[in-house]
Amino acid sequence: MHNQNLAWIAPVRKSGLVMLVIGFFVFVGMLFLNQYKLTEQVLSSSINHSTHRQLIQPHLTQLMNTTVTNKFSFIEGIRNTFNHYNETVYQRYHLSSTDIESILTQVNTMGYYDLNILTAVFNTQDDYAAYKTKKLSDYTGWLAGQQGKNLAEISQVINEKAVEINANVLAEKRIDNYAIGQYIYALVKSSSSGIVSKNTAAFFLFSVVLATIGALMYIIPEKFSGPAGIKNNNVFKNSATNGGLIGMLVMTFLVLVYIALYFFPEYIVEWVSLVDPLFKALNGNGASAWSIYGFIYTLAIVVMGIRMFIKYRHSNYHIARTGSIIFFQSCFAFLLPEILIKLNQPSTDLKNMWPLDYDFFDAWNLDSLSSSGDIGMFMLVWGITLFVLGVPIFTYFFGKRWYCSWVCGCGGLAETAGDPYRHLSNKSVNAWRLERVVIHSVLILCIIMTATALYTYFTGVKTIAGIDTYSLRSGYGFFIGALFSGVIGTGFYPKLGNRVWCRFGCPLAAYIGLIQRYKSRFRITTNGSQCISCGNCSTYCEMGIDVRSYAQRGEDIVRASCVGCGVCSSVCPRGVLKLENGTTAAVIDHSKKDEIVNIVQIISAEEGRAKMN
Amino acid sequence: MSKLVIIGNGISGVTVARHVRKLSDMNILIISAETEHFFSRTALMYVFMGHMKFEHTKPYEDHFWQKNRIDLKQGQITDINTDEKILTLASGEHIDYSQLVLATGSQSNKFGWPGQDLPGVQTLFSYQDLELMENNSKYAKRAVMVGGGLIGVEMAEMLISRGIQVTFLVREDRFWGNILPHGEAELVQKHAEHHGIDFRFETELKEITADVDGRVNAIITNTGEEIACGFVGLSVGVHPNIELAAKSNIAVGRGILVNDFLETNIPGVYAAGDCAEIEVVDGRNRIEPLWYTGKMQGETLAKTIAGKRTQYERGVWFNSAKFFDVEYQTYGFVSNEPVDGIESFYWQHAEQNICIRITYQHETQIVTGINTFGIRMRHNIWQNWLANNCTLKYVLQNLRDANFDPEFYRRYEKDIIAAFNQQHPNNQLTLSPLQWLSKRFTKEHTYA
Repeated sequence: MHNQNLAWIAPVRKSGLVMLVIGFFVFVGMLFLNQYKLTEQVLSSSINHSTHRQLIQPHLTQLMNTTVTNKFSFIEGIRNTFNHYNETVYQRYHLSSTDIESILTQVNTMGYYDLNILTAVFNTQDDYAAYKTKKLSDYTGWLAGQQGKNLAEISQVINEKAVEINANVLAEKRIDNYAIGQYIYALVKSSSSGIVSKNTAAFFLFSVVLATIGALMYIIPEKFSGPAGIKNNNVFKNSATNGGLIGMLVMTFLVLVYIALYFFPEYIVEWVSLVDPLFKALNGNGASAWSIYGFIYTLAIVVMGIRMFIKYRHSNYHIARTGSIIFFQSCFAFLLPEILIKLNQPSTDLKNMWPLDYDFFDAWNLDSLSSSGDIGMFMLVWGITLFVLGVPIFTYFFGKRWYCSWVCGCGGLAETAGDPYRHLSNKSVNAWRLERVVIHSVLILCIIMTATALYTYFTGVKTIAGIDTYSLRSGYGFFIGALFSGVIGTGFYPKLGNRVWCRFGCPLAAYIGLIQRYKSRFRITTNGSQCISCGNCSTYCEMGIDVRSYAQRGEDIVRASCVGCGVCSSVCPRGVLKLENGTTAAVIDHSKKDEIVNIVQIISAEEGRAKMN
Repeated sequence: MSKLVIIGNGISGVTVARHVRKLSDMNILIISAETEHFFSRTALMYVFMGHMKFEHTKPYEDHFWQKNRIDLKQGQITDINTDEKILTLASGEHIDYSQLVLATGSQSNKFGWPGQDLPGVQTLFSYQDLELMENNSKYAKRAVMVGGGLIGVEMAEMLISRGIQVTFLVREDRFWGNILPHGEAELVQKHAEHHGIDFRFETELKEITADVDGRVNAIITNTGEEIACGFVGLSVGVHPNIELAAKSNIAVGRGILVNDFLETNIPGVYAAGDCAEIEVVDGRNRIEPLWYTGKMQGETLAKTIAGKRTQYERGVWFNSAKFFDVEYQTYGFVSNEPVDGIESFYWQHAEQNICIRITYQHETQIVTGINTFGIRMRHNIWQNWLANNCTLKYVLQNLRDANFDPEFYRRYEKDIIAAFNQQHPNNQLTLSPLQWLSKRFTKEHTYA
C-alpha cells in the first residue's frame, strides 16, 4: 500500500551508494596520479635547517630534476638517500687511520706538526675534508709549529684527539629520524605536481564532496521508507556489518590510512593539498596530514551523525546526544584550535583532557601555555580543573556518559561512524576480564609516564632509576597513542566493534569508569521482571556489557565501562531498560542477585492510606 | 545423592535448575530434545531478521552450565516410569531420578485444516521451526498468516523483513480481539498496515491447496476467496505439550495437572511453565503460556524442590509485547469487551501510535488495569498501585511517577489529564507537581 509513492527511494539510495564508491576511489586514486620532481627550490623550501640541507644535498644529486611518476620509488629514493647518508656519515667524516698516517708521514718529512699539513692531506673540495680540517685545527691548533716534539709524541696527541673528534661525528653530522620524517614529508609534498595539484578543486569536488553527497543520498531517504523504529534487519547478514568481506576491506583501508598518518604521511600529501586552502583560511598557515585527518574525521561525524538522527528519529535521547557530539567535534575539536593558531595562541582542544590528552603535562605544552599570557594560563587551569573537579562532579550526577557519549571526540566517532559496527564487540566474561586488566594498566602507565615527565620538567633530571623519562613518553605515544588508539582502536572497527579503544585502552575512560562504578547516581534501571532474555541489549552494547545477564535477574546495571549510549534501552523489545540518574543508595546490592529489587520504594504506609482519597 | 531431572530446557526448566543450584547441592540434569543449550525462544524472530545470530539468543555462555554443575543432555525421552523413577530415552538409555520436573512447554495449534501439513505451511515455536521457516520463505513472494496473535504478528514482521507480502486472516472483527479492546486493536492494525500488512477480518481458513510439486500454492477462506501464496503461517495459539506425561501415570487435562505448589498427582514429580495446568478450586483451571509466568513458576518450584514447599502466587498480572515498532504493556486486567461495573478511560495521541486505557471500578473508582501503547510504564509503581487499590484520581494525578520512557522523550501526562477532564467535566484533576526522581526515595513527602 505504501509502495507507489516510495518508488524513488531505492534508485536514489543506489545512486548515492555509487557516488560514494566513486568518490572513494577518486579519493584513493588521486594519491597515485601526480608526478614528483626534486628541484633546488623544493629543497630549500622543505629543509629549512640549512646545515641539514647542505649535508644531504650532495647525496640527492642523482634524484634532482628528474620527474618520477612512481610515488613509491620516489619516496624510497629519498628515504634511502637519508638512510644511506646516516649509515655512511661516520665513514665519511671520521678521521681514519689512513688520514692519521698521511698526516704523520707529512710530519715526519717536515719534522714538526703544522696546520698546513691538513690542507695538503685533506685536499678534496668537499665537506668531509673541510670538517676534518676544521676539527683538527680546533683540537690540535696548540700543537702547530711547536718544534722539538718527537714523532711519537705528535702521533700520540693526534691519535688521542682523533678519538675525541670521532666520538662527536654522529652527534654533529647525523640527521635524526624525527627530522628525516619531517623532511621526507616536506620534500614529497612540495615536489608533487601534476593533474591533482593543477585541479585541486575538481578533485576535492569529485572525491570528498561527491562521496559526502552520495552518503547523504544513501542515508536520508531512510527517513521516508517507513515508520520510525529500531531497524536492524540484516545487520548480521550483510558482509559490510557482520565482519565479512566488505568489512575486512574497510578495515584494511582504515589500518593503512592510520599507519600512513602516524608513520608515513608523505604517502598522503595529495590529500593534504585538498584542504590546504581551507586551513590557510582558518589558521593562516595551511594544512598538515593531521588537518586532512581532522577534516575527514569531523565530516564523518557530521554525515554519520545525520544517519543517527534518521535511524533514531523516534528517540530524543539519541538525537540530543548526537547533536552534542557533532557540536563538540566541529566547534571544540575542529574549528577552535585552528582559530587559536590564527590568533597566535596555543592551539588546544578545550574539551580534551588528561589522561586521554596524555602530553598535556609535557614540557613543550607547559612551556607553550605558561608563555602565552592569560589565555595560556586559563588553558592550563581549565585543563587541570576539568579532570580534577569536572570529571568527579559530572560523573557523580550523570555518569560516564556526560563525557564518553556526549562530548568526547573518540566517543563521537564511535557513536556515529562506528555505529554500524557496535554489535561486533565481544560480550564474553573473558573479554570483560581482559578489559579490566588492560584499561587499568594503561591508566597506571599514563600516571607514571606523566609523573616522570613532571619530575623531569621541574628538576631537570632526565632519568629516574636508570630510565629515561623521555623514552617513557615516546614509548607511550607510540604504543598507546598511535598503535592502540588509532590503528587498532579505529582501524579495527569492522572486526572488533567501535569501542575497542574506549573499552580496553582509554585511560580517561578508566578513570571516569571508576567513579561511575563506585560513586555515581547513574545506572540503567531494569523494569521489574519483564526481561525476556532475548539478547538484543547485549548484542548491541558497544562496550561488550552482557546487559541481559543483569536485566533477566531484575538487577540494575552499574558498570564502569557503560558509556550511556542508551542503545540497549532502544533495542529492547519490551522497554525494560531505562538510563537514569537516581541516587547512589539505589545501586544494587549484589548479595541480592536473582531477587527482583524494587529500587523505587514510593509507597509508604501513610501514602498508602492517602491514596484511597 | 538426590538427583533432580528436568525435562525441557526452556525458561521454566532452566529457571528451576538455576534456582535449585543456588539453594541446594543436589545433582541436576536437564534433558532437551530441541537444542543443546538454553536459548531465548522469544528472540528467534531476531535471528531470522538478522538482528542477531543464534548464539546471541543464549542467555548464558556455554561454560556456565559446567561451572554451575548443571548437566545437560540432548535427547528425546520416550517413557516416564514413575513407580521405578526411571526415564527412557529414544536411544534406549535409562536415566533415574529422585525428583522430576516436566517443563515440556507448548505445541502450536492446528485445527485439522485440509493441507495443514503441506510443505510451506508451518507454525513457529521451536528452533527447528525457525530453520524450517528459513527454507520455506526462500522462494515465497506472498504469505498468508492465519490467526491474529502475538506469534502471528512476529511471523508477519519476519516475512516482511524479507520482502514477502503478508495477508493476515483474523477470525475476530479486529486484531487480537480476544485481548484488545477496539481502540488499541485499531491502533495496532493501522500500524501493521503501514508496514504493508493486508488484513482480512472475520475471515477464517478453510483449506490450503498445493501445486503439482505438492507445495502450498494458495489458501481458500471461508468466504470462498482464494489467495495465492507460497507460505502459510499458522498462529492460532498453543496448547500444552503433554504427549510424554499422558503416556505415564501423571494426571493430565488440557495440560499437566498441578496444584498451587506445581505438584502433580505423583509425589516428587512437578510441572512448570507452558505445559502446566494449575487446578483452581472454583473457576477455570489456569494455563499460563508466557515467558514471565514460566520464569516465576520456575523460581517458586525451585524452593519447593530444595525443601521449602512454596505456593505459586502470580501476583499482579502483567504482560508486554511489541507490534512492529509499537511497544505494548499491560498491568492488572483490562477486558477486551465492556464489563458491567467497570469503566474505562481511553486516551490516544492524535497522530502517533500512542495510547493508554485505564480501567477502574465504577463504584469505588479503584483502578483495575492499564493497557499502554507507546509509553513505557514503571513495573513496580503499577504493581504497587494495583496491589494497593489506588483510585483513578490518584493514578492519573501521579501518572508521571510511572513513566519509564527514556530521557528527553515527550511526556503526555498533561494531555492525558486534559483529556480526562474534558471527558469528565465534573472532575477537574490536576497533575501532581513534578517529582525529581531523587525525591521519590525520601518517604517524608505526602501527596496533597
